[in-house]
Formats: sequence, C-alpha cells, structure tokens
Amino acid sequence: MSIFDEELRNLKERILKMGLLVEAAIRDSIKSLVDRDPDLAGEVIKRDHQINALDVEIDEECIRLLAIRQPKAGDLRFITTAMKITTDLERMGDLAEDICERAIELNEEPPLKPYIDIPRMAEIAQGMLIDVLDAFVRKDTSVAYDVIHRDDEVDNLTVQIFNELVFFMIQDPRAVSRAVKITYIAKYLERIADHATNIAEMVVYMVEGRMIRHTEAK
Amino acid sequence: MDQLKIEVKNLNFHYAGNVHALKNISLPVHENSVTALIGPSGCGKTTLLRCFNRMHDLYPKNRYEGEIVLDNVNILSGDVDVIDLRSRVGMVFQKPTPFPMSIFDNIAYGLKLKGVTKRSDLSEKVETALRQSALWNEVKDKLGASAYELSGGQQQRLVIARALAVKPEVLLFDEPTSALDPISTAKIEELAINLKEEVTIIIVTHNMQQAARMSDWTGFLMLGELIEFGKTDKIFTAPSEKLTEDYVTGRFG
Repeated sequence: MSIFDEELRNLKERILKMGLLVEAAIRDSIKSLVDRDPDLAGEVIKRDHQINALDVEIDEECIRLLAIRQPKAGDLRFITTAMKITTDLERMGDLAEDICERAIELNEEPPLKPYIDIPRMAEIAQGMLIDVLDAFVRKDTSVAYDVIHRDDEVDNLTVQIFNELVFFMIQDPRAVSRAVKITYIAKYLERIADHATNIAEMVVYMVEGRMIRHTEAK
Repeated sequence: MDQLKIEVKNLNFHYAGNVHALKNISLPVHENSVTALIGPSGCGKTTLLRCFNRMHDLYPKNRYEGEIVLDNVNILSGDVDVIDLRSRVGMVFQKPTPFPMSIFDNIAYGLKLKGVTKRSDLSEKVETALRQSALWNEVKDKLGASAYELSGGQQQRLVIARALAVKPEVLLFDEPTSALDPISTAKIEELAINLKEEVTIIIVTHNMQQAARMSDWTGFLMLGELIEFGKTDKIFTAPSEKLTEDYVTGRFG
C-alpha cells in the first residue's frame, strides 16, 4: 500500500470514529430525555469537544492532502466528501448537545406525557446515520439512496409530534413551556436526519461523481 | 468553441519495421481550445501528436491508415503539400530549439521563407509575435542579441513566437515545459491558454497537473489505444474508465 493510500485509509478511519462518537451522542441524548437522567445529559455535553476536535483535525488533514497530493478523480472526490461529511457530523453533534440541554430543562418539571414518537424518530435518525457511515465505508450507493428515502418518515413524524403538542398546549397553558421544548427536540431530530441525508448525497457523489443535491434525481 | 478543427478517424500508424504504434484512434479536436494527450511512456501520445503535421514523413516506410481531417481535408492523403501543412500546423518541442542567430532573425526566418521581405513588415510582424508570446518586454532592447543569450524559458517563448509569426491555425506542443523551471512553466502555460483565442492547441504532457490546468479536453492513451476522451474537468474528477481512474490517481500498474 502506498503512503498516500495509507493516508486515505487513516482519514476514513478518523471519519468513522467521529461518526461513532456522534451516534453515541444522539443515542445518549435521547436516553437522558426518556430516563430523565440529567447526569447523562451533562456527560454528552461534556463529550462534544471530542467531536469538535476531530472535525478540525479531519479538515486540516484534508487540506494538507489537497496541497501535498493534488488528488484526482476518486481520490479527489473522497477527500472533498470527507470535508463536507465532517461538517454535517459536527452539526449533528451540536444538535445532540441541544437535545441534552432541553432534557435537563424538562427534568426540572413534571413529565408532560410518556415519550413514544420521539424515541421512534430518534431510532430512525440514528439508523440513518449508522447506515450512511456504512455506505461511506463500503462505497455503497444503494444504502445511501435508502437513507435519503427514509428522511420522509422523519419529516412526517415531526409534523405528527408538532400537531399532538399543539393539542396539549391548547388544552392546558401550563403545558406550553414543556411542549415547546419537546417540539424543539423533534426539530433537532429532524435536522439530524437532514444531515444524514446530506451525507448520503455526498456518498453518491463520491462513488458516482454525480451531484444529486437539490435535484429530483434521487 | 464547440466547432471542430480536426477530426481523427480510425487512425492507425505503423513505424517502419511494422510497429503498430496507434490503433484505430478516433477523436475530435475542438477549435480554439486546448486538447491534452496524456498517458504512460510509450502509449503513443507523441506519435499521435506528430501525425498532425506529418512529422513521421521524415522517416521513410512509416505508414498511416485512416484519416485526419483538418478543415474538411484529409491531411494524410498523398496530394497534401506537407511544407504548407507544417506552416498551418506548427510545433514546439520539449527542448527549446532556437536557431543560431539573433532574436529578431529567429522570428523573421519563417516570415522570409513565406515571402515577407520588407524590413518594416518584418519588424511589425516580429513585434506582434513577440508580444503574443509574452516575450516582447524582456527582449525589445536586445533584438540583435543571440537567441542563445536567453534563458531556457525565454528561448521556449521565442520558439513559440517563431511558430506564431507565420500565423498557424494549430500549434502542437510536445512536452513544452519539461526542461523548464516552475516559473517559466507557469508562463508558458498561461501563454498557451491565452493563445487559444487565435489558434487551436494540442499538447502532449507527462505532467498531469499541467494537463488539468491547461486543457479543455483530454485524451488518455495506453498501448497505442485511446482509452478515454472527454472534457478535462470530467477526466480529472470523475473519469468513466477504470484505466483512466488508475492513471490519473497514480495507481497505475
């Protein structure tokens, strides 16, 4: 294996590591919400700096490789995709942190209702992230397309959750503050799924050399 | 820009001794653009380049089959005036080849052969050619000096000026910067890009970065065959053929 191939492999491993940290952050953020566990939420918030550090590290490595190796074709697409993927992953990490902040706040008030749709949504979004990382590693566009299609489910759940919470708010004004926070959480999860979709679109570009963002070619 | 200047059709070329160096090559050369030919050593890219002005005719028993159509005329046909062809299709070689004479005379030489004799005409045409090749400001005060006093990069631009003076329609560059330092290389590359407004350029280069920087179209050759031809952006970001991918990413062989 050439030194350059070694560098590319190393880059891929670091992206995977970052992806797994983000996945754990999302999982634990929802767990902290459902279990009403503010300590866990605080821990996730504390861990976010690891994700941020990897974001910077990966970006710097990509810039170095662009300058030193002047990559072309598949290598060029891999490195530019890596740069974009880390941005999406970093944002997902921030959203997990936001979920934790709302979870801590919600824990200071009595529970509004049992969480059913939020964990379902989180499960789909997490699954999208895991699968898109897999698609990235295996250069598998069929998995990437599947992730893109799953985004609709998350969008539908967001609307459903919103409607349900509006109903709570109308019924009891004391529920408004909590309901708004839960609406935020739904929105955060919806954004997480959007970022997974962005990554999936970049994987398609990386493999096929075709930009499908903002097109109907999905 | 999308007008074709040259069309290569099913070109086969055999060197004397029956070496089949080009195999059934077909490719378009777009007018007022830069076309780069890339590929590993021995792939036939220089052989192909030399077909465009029939340089191979200098050795007997070299044999062409197929057609190279330049403005609707097959230049491989027997009745083509090769001397005339070479003034329409100029060539710049790897190492600068100035003549052992003054800077002025280097450029006036080709013009005199074409019948330009009036001193004022010559001066004007020499200046135009030197300006076109971005050399004028560096040599205008020493036109009588020997061409050998110039640096390698300046000599190469002088040779380009010499080729331009006779108003060619096509310029062939055979590794034009491989003997030059990076600054001179950058100047030649920029010059070629600017020149395409007036001439159609075909360049052979080992330097892939150079092909990527300079050209609008790229052809990748291997073992005498054209593997892929397309827009340069496409070839260097998302080539269609696995062999091209392997070559441009340096994973060849």
